[in-house]
Amino acid sequence: MHRLKKFGTTAAAALFWIVVWYIIALKLDSNIILVTPIEAAKRLFKLVRLGDFWRSVLFSAARVLLGFALGLVIGTLLAVASKKLRLVRALFSPLISAMKSIPVASFTILALIWIGSKNLSVLVSFLICVPIVCGNMLEGLDNLDPKLTEMSHIFRISPWKRFVGVYLSQLLPYFRSAARLGIGLCWKSGIAAEVIGIPNHSIGEKLYQSKVYLETADLFAWTAVVILLSFICEKLFILLLNILQKRVERM
Amino acid sequence: MLKCNNIRKSFGELRVFDGFTHEFAERKLTVILGKSGCGKTTLLNLLMGLQKPDSGEVLRNGQISAIFQENRLCENLSVSANIRLVTGKRLSKAQIAVELAAVGLSNCENKPARELSGGMKRRTALLRALLAEYDILFADEPFKGLDTDTKRDVMLYFKEKTADKTVVLVTHDSDECATLADETLRLG
Repeated sequence: MHRLKKFGTTAAAALFWIVVWYIIALKLDSNIILVTPIEAAKRLFKLVRLGDFWRSVLFSAARVLLGFALGLVIGTLLAVASKKLRLVRALFSPLISAMKSIPVASFTILALIWIGSKNLSVLVSFLICVPIVCGNMLEGLDNLDPKLTEMSHIFRISPWKRFVGVYLSQLLPYFRSAARLGIGLCWKSGIAAEVIGIPNHSIGEKLYQSKVYLETADLFAWTAVVILLSFICEKLFILLLNILQKRVERM
Repeated sequence: MLKCNNIRKSFGELRVFDGFTHEFAERKLTVILGKSGCGKTTLLNLLMGLQKPDSGEVLRNGQISAIFQENRLCENLSVSANIRLVTGKRLSKAQIAVELAAVGLSNCENKPARELSGGMKRRTALLRALLAEYDILFADEPFKGLDTDTKRDVMLYFKEKTADKTVVLVTHDSDECATLADETLRLG
């Protein structure tokens, strides 16, 4: 009942903004400045019937998600290493801070020079994800309760159970919030990188073309695709983490 | 065997133990009494090996279990998982459910510890310690935060489960001492 109510509220809010968009588009009466949501939806339905649409979706999704996955792994490993070794923390702390504040465009242009455009979104998503995951996981590691570690020694808990029950159970909420924040930013930055690098058959290329040819309906349709993909990925990943959390909770 | 030999322990200027020696009776329940700050918890920590004496030694044989002053539960694990963490596969989920019911925690096995009240957390911590494999049990105010009726029932359960075990229990409560103690050690 609570979920249904929450869904109803979200749907009502979304509907409100779509109506606002529709009214503004009608008032402006210009397909170049702003199309109506109906025109954007019509364009989207046309696009999904094209083979090239799915090719672009697969191309971009595979790369953004690969960058995200690598970011999760390397960010976590870096956090563990920073916790264990003062030297690693001292070395990487300014780098991580810098990565947080460097504009995506700067990353992208540099990465374009280094690796070309095809896998640009992998590297950019990865570079965006690493500092978020590393920062959150390091905070989690710093907040591990030493009294629980003492407890695990007193009760002679096996290393595996100690890892899952004592450490992982404390770290999962930090990992979850990092992943939630990271996945949305990976999509945003990955697609932005593609718009700059214009790799063939990518969503970024389609967005770039809609800008060049002033196809505002295409721009809105592709933007809706990115929002939808980001939303689905986030929900699926959180669902997986919820299953893992339940398994850990009832280990 | 559980014995303190000429223990000295200070925290800065404060000297808590100055040549303390005591041998705890085997398979008996020793209650440590004393005013706040007299070193009861410090003595338990020294006996458990969580703190080191400045000089002197603690001699201890056998596996230990503990009910800590703070519950030290894994908040993101269920009640049952918190207990299984220390019992392993020795006890089935059904057996754990029976023991939980005995301390008034029926139908709580799948609840995460973070959702329990203070008294429920205390009983979970107590049960975890009692169901672990041990020869010596250290209990720091194990019935703290329990209402009178629950405390009475849990104390009976505690007494039954710790029969034939060496137990060192810290409390302020003279009723607990009268009900449980085989021996009393007064500090301070």
